[in-house]
Amino acid sequence: MTSQRPASQLSPVMTSLQRVLTTLGQSEPDRVPLFLLLTMHGARELGLSIHDYFADPQHVIEGQWRMRLKYRNDCYYAFFYAAIETKAWGAEVIYLDNGPPNCGGPLVRDLESIRQLQPPRVAESPDLRRVLDAIAGLRARDGATPIIGVVMAPFSLPVMQLGFERYLTLLYEHPELFDHLMRLNEVFCVDWANAQLKAGATAICYFDPVSSQTISRPEDFRRRGKVIATRTIAQIQGPVAMHFASGRCVRIIEDLPATGAAVIGVSADDDLGQLKRAAAGQLTLLGNLNGIAMRTWDTAAAEQAVKQAIAAAGPGGGFILSDNHGEIPFQVPEETLLAIADAVERWGRYPLDWIAQDATVTD
Amino acid sequence: MEAMVTAFVEALLAMDRLKIEEMVASAGAKDPLVPIDYLVVPALEYVGEQWEQGELSLSQVYMSGRLCEELITKLPPLTPLPLGDDEDSHSPAARSLRAHNINIGISTLDDYHLLGKRMVCAVLRASGYQLCDYGTTDPTTLAAHVVRDQIQVLLLSVLMLPAALRIKELRTALNAAGQCPRILVGGAPFRFDPNLCQEVGADAAGASAADALELVRAAEEALTP
Repeated sequence: MTSQRPASQLSPVMTSLQRVLTTLGQSEPDRVPLFLLLTMHGARELGLSIHDYFADPQHVIEGQWRMRLKYRNDCYYAFFYAAIETKAWGAEVIYLDNGPPNCGGPLVRDLESIRQLQPPRVAESPDLRRVLDAIAGLRARDGATPIIGVVMAPFSLPVMQLGFERYLTLLYEHPELFDHLMRLNEVFCVDWANAQLKAGATAICYFDPVSSQTISRPEDFRRRGKVIATRTIAQIQGPVAMHFASGRCVRIIEDLPATGAAVIGVSADDDLGQLKRAAAGQLTLLGNLNGIAMRTWDTAAAEQAVKQAIAAAGPGGGFILSDNHGEIPFQVPEETLLAIADAVERWGRYPLDWIAQDATVTD
Repeated sequence: MEAMVTAFVEALLAMDRLKIEEMVASAGAKDPLVPIDYLVVPALEYVGEQWEQGELSLSQVYMSGRLCEELITKLPPLTPLPLGDDEDSHSPAARSLRAHNINIGISTLDDYHLLGKRMVCAVLRASGYQLCDYGTTDPTTLAAHVVRDQIQVLLLSVLMLPAALRIKELRTALNAAGQCPRILVGGAPFRFDPNLCQEVGADAAGASAADALELVRAAEEALTP
């Protein structure tokens, strides 16, 4: 078994944008695109604390720039941290020295106070403006490479706005207040997504873990999360990836093309090959390396995980290799990220004719 | 699964409070504690297993636990009974009562994601256990609480990896204080990395709230002379 082919048989080298667009078109590019969704690692690159790193968009621009070069990444990831949205709504953020800034106590403690909530204006939030400045700065520095912006889905944001238990109570016992909150969240989500696209983002990653089958029954997703996603994504003026942040989606994957999402972020808990067959050329899959386990991978483990993912979902295009959560933990070492990048270079080159001959990735 | 438990699970998943109350009342006509062992525990274990297998959603697991907890907390106070060798002390209800002889604590670390802890509390309380709930705290404060309350089994629910890694600090603080409770952990980081439990110095990890019940029972057996 060999991965080496004569130069004449290799696909011509593409830019990151060409590579991504080709795979989105359900065709095989030169190699499997790699989206290492790195956020906090930029702070390490610059020798800064996570707090100080995100305090200045220039740091994020420089961090993302360096990481793209180092890891041969096919995107810039303009995501700061999830709690930045609830901070814009007025909630507290708790900074950690070894993890993403976390949301503090819930913004809404009394469900009736939902009636008094007002969606924040993007332009008036210093935190959101820092994200927009980072996107604009990256776009000014590199006019071609995809920049991924991020929004929390209106259906999932209440986990941070209310706390999960209060949100489930709202869902099951206060339908009118739930509908009211969804209307507010949709307005904010659309404004926030479109502001990022206007600043220079290429696409928006719509995080919706509550819609995953891990959290919601498929029939509930069809009645709620899907309807909200379809309505919201239709108003976002650019391509959208729907991401379940480690949640499973195999039972709802046939519903997902109707949401308008072109890409689906999938879990390490799901069978990637089964998802690929179910996506059937209608969706591009993004995933599904296990970010938590990645902390302890050696080079061989990283290579094997990359090979298995590529073997399951790479053939025919429609696949972007990434982690399964949408953010790689700060504890994942540089050596592992480099091993992943090297493995994509070695095993991700199309055509993927090594797969049929490799017993380690076939059943 | 027995037909009665199947029907109880169906009522739980349909959130049919009336049916659930009727079934518990009927099963507990002679001894109000009998439904705990014959209905609630097997039903919640089944729901948890189904979630682990991807057959049920987290919202269903949560609502099932909450409904059972509501019911069980309406039962007569679960006070400890003296243990003896008489036949009655081996009945399911008596086994539930003996759960009061173990000091159980539960907490999250530096995290306001509280649903996992809430679900474990619901399942354990619905199964007849009482817990000291320390809410959200940090390792140093939690260690002090554990020592003060002579906690024998400590349950920790975390969602974020940094919180999981702080369990190491907690174990170190407890060791320094000469206190060695069994630490049982759960949450997404432990599901995605089975080695993480050992890495942080915990004794066991559960994949669901129903697993927590099984682990607590095992710890209780190990601690009972």
